[in-house]
Amino acid sequence: MKQNNLNPAVSASNLSYSFGASVAVSDVYLQLNRGDILGFLGPNGAGKSTVLRMLTGNLLPANGDIQICGIDLLADPLAAKQHIGYLPEIPPLYKELTVDEYLRFAAELHGIPQRLLAEAVETSKNNCELASVGKKIIGVLSKGFQQRVGIAQAIIHQPEVIILDEPTAGLDPNQIQKIRQLLLMLQQNHAIIFSTHVLSEVENICNRVHILHQGKTMLDARIDSLRQQDQKLDSIFQQLTQSDTAATGLS
Amino acid sequence: MMLVMIRKELRLLLASSLVWSFLALTQLVLAWVFLGRLDTFLEIQPQLMQLANPPGITEIIVAPVFSVASIILLMVTPIMSMRLLAEEKRNQTLVMLLSAPVSGFAIVMAKFFALLLFLLTIPLLIVVLSFFLLMGGTLDFGLLFSNVIGLILLAGCFASLGLYISSLTAHPAIAALGSFGVLLCFWMIDIVSLDAESVIHDFSPFRHYEHFNLGIIDSFSVIFMIFFMVIFLTLTVSRLANIR
Repeated sequence: MKQNNLNPAVSASNLSYSFGASVAVSDVYLQLNRGDILGFLGPNGAGKSTVLRMLTGNLLPANGDIQICGIDLLADPLAAKQHIGYLPEIPPLYKELTVDEYLRFAAELHGIPQRLLAEAVETSKNNCELASVGKKIIGVLSKGFQQRVGIAQAIIHQPEVIILDEPTAGLDPNQIQKIRQLLLMLQQNHAIIFSTHVLSEVENICNRVHILHQGKTMLDARIDSLRQQDQKLDSIFQQLTQSDTAATGLS
Repeated sequence: MMLVMIRKELRLLLASSLVWSFLALTQLVLAWVFLGRLDTFLEIQPQLMQLANPPGITEIIVAPVFSVASIILLMVTPIMSMRLLAEEKRNQTLVMLLSAPVSGFAIVMAKFFALLLFLLTIPLLIVVLSFFLLMGGTLDFGLLFSNVIGLILLAGCFASLGLYISSLTAHPAIAALGSFGVLLCFWMIDIVSLDAESVIHDFSPFRHYEHFNLGIIDSFSVIFMIFFMVIFLTLTVSRLANIR
């Protein structure tokens, strides 16, 4: 584990993927250390979710190399996935289970030992403010709660790399604020990537920004360096993604 | 890890009201058939007494119930197996399993064993019913044993096939219809071919089950059924790998 700390948490290079003839992602480059929160931006269909799916081992890249904490995701997927927590665009919830049962399963699935299970479930429930609904069936919860259960399952095993695909979609402003605080708290020991359409969210909580357009990396920069150059994120975003012939319809 | 996933599969199976109603229906039908056979036995008992070497109660009552159970299995397994992978795909929950540090092999085997465990309720019920016969007679435990083994193997064949077909689609209903259709074909190739010696019979798990039903544990049948399961489980694992 010590050796792992020397490696970047996420390191991906030359990532490419195509759905049939249409190229969804080409030559995406990404590097992230612990303590980084990276805002993953791009218009609809830019290939954000495709990249995130590749980073979590849900999609096999046509080309490229992915290292999670120094472990090659493609060569040794089981070891690498140990360090990843992932919330896809649609939260992967078993709606027949109660929140407690579901989180317990998520924890067991990631190999948390029996004696630490209850504590892990408790901690992630508290972090995501789910303590009051532990006994409820997930299917009856509101969208906001379901989204938070999705986040809870992604962080329950304290992974080094947390990847969240639009975690704040469908939440009310108060809940979004809570999620922001949660991400800032998690930032210290984890590397976080989250995709969003809300630029202010990125400016407020991220220290890194990555803009994707038509499957290509348009910008990978530190937020404070943008600030120093007195550049506004929304004008950069518009500039970079303006040439809008990107109606590929992929996400 | 496997146990964790098996437990979850069983928990999800038992959360479905459809599964419970099918289970109840299955038990009702089996008990009905059992009672019917018992009735027949009591009716023909005086005639049997005159035979030099009369068939026992296991042969007259229990074996036919096991024979009916194979047909029930043909109808029930597709309903039980349809959701295993199709629904995980439809609800996008498969992502959770694929992003977790578990292999595709473990995912498939957990689903297979969970379904098989569940289907074991069918032979279990027949065994329990058979034991009641001990109150008035003796059981041929060898015949009972071969029937139980046969039904478990048959359930394994059906479960592996159902699991594979469930992996092909994101619609549980299509998975159910597909498995049912294919199982029906396997049944048909056994009963349609009139030539008893035809090699076609050997391709049907039903024909191999008949051997067990008669009390013959034929090693060829055992190997065939295990081979059948291995093929469809391997296909499912590779199918799961291709989803990425």
